[in-house]
Amino acid sequence: MWSYVFRRVLMTIPTILVVITVCYLMLHLTPGGPFDTERKVSEAVMANLQAKYHLDLPLWQQYLYYLKGLLQGDLGASFRYADWSVNELVAKALPVSLTIGGVSLLISVVIGVLLGTVAALRQNSAIDYLVMLIGNLGSAFPSFVIGPVLILVFALWLSWLPSGGWQDFELRYMVLPMALLTFINVSTIGRVMRGSLIEVMSSNFIRTARAKGLPTRTIVLRHAFKPALMPVVSVLGPLAISSITAAVVTESVFSLPGIGKLIVNGASNRDYTLVLGLVVLITVLAVLLNLLVDLAYALLDPKIRY
Amino acid sequence: MLLKNKQNALGDALLAAGLDALPVAGRSPWRDARERFFRNKAAVVSLVLLLLITLACVFGPMLLPHSFDDTDWDAMALAPTWQNMHLFGTDELGRDLLVRTLIGGRISLMVGLLATIASVAIGIAWGATAGFIGGRVDTLMMRLVDMMYAVPYLLIAILMVTLLGREFYLVVLTITVFSWMDMARVVRGQTLAIKSKEYIEAAHAIGVSTPAIIFRHIVPNLLGIVVIYTTVTVPGVILTESVLSFLGLGVQEPMTSWGVLIEEGTGVMETTPWMLLFPGALLSLTLYCANYIGDGMRDALDPKDR
Repeated sequence: MWSYVFRRVLMTIPTILVVITVCYLMLHLTPGGPFDTERKVSEAVMANLQAKYHLDLPLWQQYLYYLKGLLQGDLGASFRYADWSVNELVAKALPVSLTIGGVSLLISVVIGVLLGTVAALRQNSAIDYLVMLIGNLGSAFPSFVIGPVLILVFALWLSWLPSGGWQDFELRYMVLPMALLTFINVSTIGRVMRGSLIEVMSSNFIRTARAKGLPTRTIVLRHAFKPALMPVVSVLGPLAISSITAAVVTESVFSLPGIGKLIVNGASNRDYTLVLGLVVLITVLAVLLNLLVDLAYALLDPKIRY
Repeated sequence: MLLKNKQNALGDALLAAGLDALPVAGRSPWRDARERFFRNKAAVVSLVLLLLITLACVFGPMLLPHSFDDTDWDAMALAPTWQNMHLFGTDELGRDLLVRTLIGGRISLMVGLLATIASVAIGIAWGATAGFIGGRVDTLMMRLVDMMYAVPYLLIAILMVTLLGREFYLVVLTITVFSWMDMARVVRGQTLAIKSKEYIEAAHAIGVSTPAIIFRHIVPNLLGIVVIYTTVTVPGVILTESVLSFLGLGVQEPMTSWGVLIEEGTGVMETTPWMLLFPGALLSLTLYCANYIGDGMRDALDPKDR
């Protein structure tokens, strides 16, 4: 077990390094420096600027400087937002994204598992059809179609909620984005839970439990629930990654000042360091999340031996 | 002797009854699969719809009286109307939305087709190589695939599009880079499995040549899974293109795609909701159909999986 944990933890390092290196190289092999588009500056100022950002050094030294900065938790300076470091921009945006994404992921695990369980136990009931409907809608309708439709209905036609924007973690502004993310996640979790519980309920040990005369409630809660949760745990990793994608879209749709909005703005402003910094940060987060999910899986599933 | 006569007599009787062809006629697995697919109503309806959408996107713009970038100052932000054939209405520049949606569909479907072909080719080559060679090479190649999975692909795609540019073929390239891993994994697994099958050994034993083994016994067995995962890749690729376009990082004006149109529609949905609803509905319908065709293919070609 511990050797597996050790190996699994070690594996994250090359992944993170490869991503950083590839992105860094891509950034620096594209023609044009970060100050080319600015108005003409004098030779001396240019030289100073270049020296400040280590742009006068050979590439591998710049790269080492960047890595050193990263190790100290410094993502560098933004090339577009003057006087802002990437760290400061991230510090402002990350809480927004984490709140929206984290809370909605928690809610959707609870709702998804509940709905999936009921759907599996009462096949062809109304709840079963609801789960299948949500699953179908979630897989076919992209978040950037559902999102605007939510705004159209709840903000513009019914005017219950604001159509977007953000004000100091006020709940009114979080409802629609969280509803969208929850819907997308529930569509996956509900489907997976339903499928896996149906499979578990038809297995031999459940038949034995039934034969012993245990009531259904005990069978489900005691025997079926835990093994049925395993696929849900394993889908959490990919789900966390797709939540990042969904967050980028959601923040664009509802114009929330989160990480996703920051990266899209950075991309359209060609703010290279900002985009690179965010990509590095989120990759590290995603890789760590995957690691956690894998370790949790190893811990929970007694069938896996290492 | 007597027995043989009896057999002959039986054979003659069968011949006479016209039943001779019954036990002999072979049924190819492909014919079986085709029959299974066409029994699946949802898949067939989806296939027909998708064909109709494709035909409309390819030929529609030629048949309609408007061009996708013609502005009509007398018909700005027109609601859907029969008049002047503005069936989907017009946008705020007076461009016909039906033609724009169809042209956008051309781009989306084209990107979908090209990126799918490219990623399927890469995936097969990568997976088959890893599977055939095995050993260290296999481990290394598959480790890279694992890495790609752990990375939040949309962010790196955003970085790539930012750096490389938004030409049509660069968008295809960017999407391809993050779409081939499923295929590689599946093809590798299948190659490994087939390599050690008894019928391959048997073919070797009776002296079938290696190319004949590959083309008669390995490729057909690989083909089923390749077809399944190709159909599964299509909606994913179209979705990624739409997300990029929606974020303003896809093809550029006056060219358009479904993602771009949805983004434009989102901005003006209060006054002209049809600009959001028509492209959104068409994209969703396409994804829905592609998903169902994928399901149908899976059921048809992989009967064990049911």
